[in-house]
Amino acid sequence: MKATGEVNNPYGDDKVIDSCSLFGMMNTKGERFSSSNPVRAIANMHERVNGLGGGFAVYGIYPEHEDLYALHIMYLDKGARKDTEKYLDRSFIVLLGEEIPTREAEVWNPPLFWRYFVEPKGSQMQDRQESADDYIVDKVMKANGKPKTFVLSSGKDMGVFKGIGFPEDIAEHFCLEEYEGYMWICHGRFPTNTPGWWGGAQPFNILDWSVAHNGELSSYGANRRYVETHGYSCAMQTDTEVLAYAFDLLVRKHGIPIQFAAKVLAAPFWDEIDSMSQSERSVLTALRQVYGSLLMNGPFSIIVAHQGEMIGLTDRIKLRPMTAAIKKDFVYLSSEEAAIRLVSPRPDRVWNPAGGEIVVGRLESPEILQVALAHHTLRDAR
Amino acid sequence: MKSYIIPEYTVDIDRDRCIRCKACIEQCTYGVHHYNAEKEAIISRNEECVNCQRCVVFCPTKAITVRKNQNSYRKNYHWTQDMIVFAKRQAETGAVALVGMGCDRPGFTYWDNLLLNASQVTNPSIDPLREPIELRTYLGRKPSKLDLAFNGGEAALATELAPQLCVETPILFAAMSYGAISWNAHHALAKAASELGIYFNIGEGGLDRRLYRYGERLIVQVASGRFGVHKEYLNVGAAIEIKIGQGAKPGIGGHLPGDKVNEDIARTRMIPLGTDALSPAPHHDIYSIEDLKQLIYALKEATDYRKPVAVKIAAVHNSAPIASGIVRAGADILAIDGFRGATGAAPKIIRDNVGIPIELALASVDQRLHEENIRDEVSLIASGGIRNSADVVKAIALGADAVYIGTAALVAMGCTLCQRCYSGKCPWGITTTDPEISRRLNPEVASRRLVNLVRAWSIEIKEMLGGMGMNAVESLRGNREQLRGVRLTDTELGILGVKMAGK
Repeated sequence: MKATGEVNNPYGDDKVIDSCSLFGMMNTKGERFSSSNPVRAIANMHERVNGLGGGFAVYGIYPEHEDLYALHIMYLDKGARKDTEKYLDRSFIVLLGEEIPTREAEVWNPPLFWRYFVEPKGSQMQDRQESADDYIVDKVMKANGKPKTFVLSSGKDMGVFKGIGFPEDIAEHFCLEEYEGYMWICHGRFPTNTPGWWGGAQPFNILDWSVAHNGELSSYGANRRYVETHGYSCAMQTDTEVLAYAFDLLVRKHGIPIQFAAKVLAAPFWDEIDSMSQSERSVLTALRQVYGSLLMNGPFSIIVAHQGEMIGLTDRIKLRPMTAAIKKDFVYLSSEEAAIRLVSPRPDRVWNPAGGEIVVGRLESPEILQVALAHHTLRDAR
Repeated sequence: MKSYIIPEYTVDIDRDRCIRCKACIEQCTYGVHHYNAEKEAIISRNEECVNCQRCVVFCPTKAITVRKNQNSYRKNYHWTQDMIVFAKRQAETGAVALVGMGCDRPGFTYWDNLLLNASQVTNPSIDPLREPIELRTYLGRKPSKLDLAFNGGEAALATELAPQLCVETPILFAAMSYGAISWNAHHALAKAASELGIYFNIGEGGLDRRLYRYGERLIVQVASGRFGVHKEYLNVGAAIEIKIGQGAKPGIGGHLPGDKVNEDIARTRMIPLGTDALSPAPHHDIYSIEDLKQLIYALKEATDYRKPVAVKIAAVHNSAPIASGIVRAGADILAIDGFRGATGAAPKIIRDNVGIPIELALASVDQRLHEENIRDEVSLIASGGIRNSADVVKAIALGADAVYIGTAALVAMGCTLCQRCYSGKCPWGITTTDPEISRRLNPEVASRRLVNLVRAWSIEIKEMLGGMGMNAVESLRGNREQLRGVRLTDTELGILGVKMAGK
């Protein structure tokens, strides 16, 4: 069995190149809603995709297991499942394991999908002197190294459903109309080759972080070297993977607020930094000095989600589209305004964020840390 | 003893064009030309000609042609003309044969086996005439993590950064000492660095006080001879570089002959007038890595931890583990000088046989530091053999933060690589301390030429970066995906960390 990277990228290209449609929809009160609008919206951008990839990351779908890590795992055959389940039993306390319901749909050669609700084994945790999150990342990376196995998602109270097909057909296949979540991140794909592997579709996920990405990172080689230094292994050879790790490193491990993390990935130009006030200048100069290798250079627009937040960001000269909108308690991010207007014809506000300008939709929950930041280009969508 | 060496060049003066103005006689510092009144003609002593092209350029009627001597030994691929002359010269002098500049033998340049990428369809290339493309680079030690503190919503740095050098383009002028090069050349390099927002490494010969005003754009060097090193000297520069080795002559010291040590140079180097300035092969207070660490910290103490300390080594077989040790010893910047690196004087046998190409050394050092997770802590400067802006771009893609250019800067000022720097007679006024010959180099004009060269390269670097779809140079650093190799073995590709073209 080949490693996941070889399956995902059988020609050994530097990275998987594709163009995409993105759509994100969040209820900032945390009220859960069905797949109906997200699926209609992403299906409306049919022209941007070619049927070789579609997927959804849904947050708030497992409230009955919200304290457990939900592992969505793809198997190419039953043997792989048996082997990997032994590994899961050794690594975790598995409280529930079940097949993910699917139905016949216009999708290509679907593999098996299972989900497990787990917590780390306490005794192993103590030996390793690390956080539960680090433990999960490590185990997920190892599971992805196993034959015919791929972990689609590993966060709490969330899950990723994705595969080879148009996004609306993927939704049909996974019976997504039966789920409700407060945040849906949708992705449709137009790859320049035919990976033919369900794990290569998007959104890409690690822990709580999901990334739906449209674009190509010219800086991939530099970005990859940097995240590798910090312990991430880039097994998939996709640039999207690097984006997910960059967010995880900056926000979770280094404690850098998301607004500043955006200023690393889509850094302001030196001319802008030089003209800022002394205090801003010193912070942003240091961010570029220290994290210069995490500048995501080349065209991209991304929707990044983690529990409680939906983030939209484009490259600093906006070579890929992104439109944002607000309607009452809903925040929308989309590759096209038309998709937003299809599901919300008269939004309170619609705008096109400037290149490198972050848009954050945030749950109105006291549990979510609110860091107020005074910065002229930082805009909070809520 | 009669010399058996046949002249390397012949000088041909077109009698019809020549107006007997004698400019060539005045320009040649080697005494090649003289006027024969009887024949009313310029006669040239071919055996003295070094092919510096000075007389050719300054002949007002373009009457002079210098040619490779057609009269040569029997063709032999093993005993080349060069080898035969080399042996004869030693047989006649009994001495180590000296040479100037870098190794000129074929077959050691990997830059020409590396090709760059460009965007097509899936990724728009960026036009530097329409969009900003950034070359600014900070050199110095970086923390692996930045801590921010928040005070009433205002963000502030909680991590104190080590001192950094800021260059507006990732090109610095390589170490060239006052004494090895003339006062005017030194002045021109300092002035150009200042105008360009880059740095000039002043080399190991101390700093004339007249150049202190350029201090914030100078890197001062501490080498094994410790010439001109004192507290004020250390503090006047923007950074300090400890020179361990030099690509042109790894493993050996330096020698500035006494007849080049005039009053100004003696004062600047703090040595007696007319004495030889000898740099020992090793630093006699550095016999291993812990001694280097002490020197790094002694220099940091002397400058209050306000200046980055760089360490420069020659590219040799085990550069990678040495580099790792140097980073762990506290160096903020590591400079690696490759096999093609030049010098004012080196034994030819050393220059042409000791050390390894910068491309391989750079790639292996970058990879080793990466594997040890310390690459991002240090800045890497590649040096020795950078000829054009594409070499700069390739060096950065192989892992360099910036490059030093020495030979290219000299070429900009007039150097033609005649390789006779050690003679002290440089007809272009660069590698001489003779006040009369030095006057040929106008520091204003030389500085303008240097600024032009670096500006032109910077524009070209922006074109190449934009073509690859990047608008900041840090996105290229260590980004070997942007390189492909041609005519290389799997082993060479493996060390360079580069795929074969077509893959």
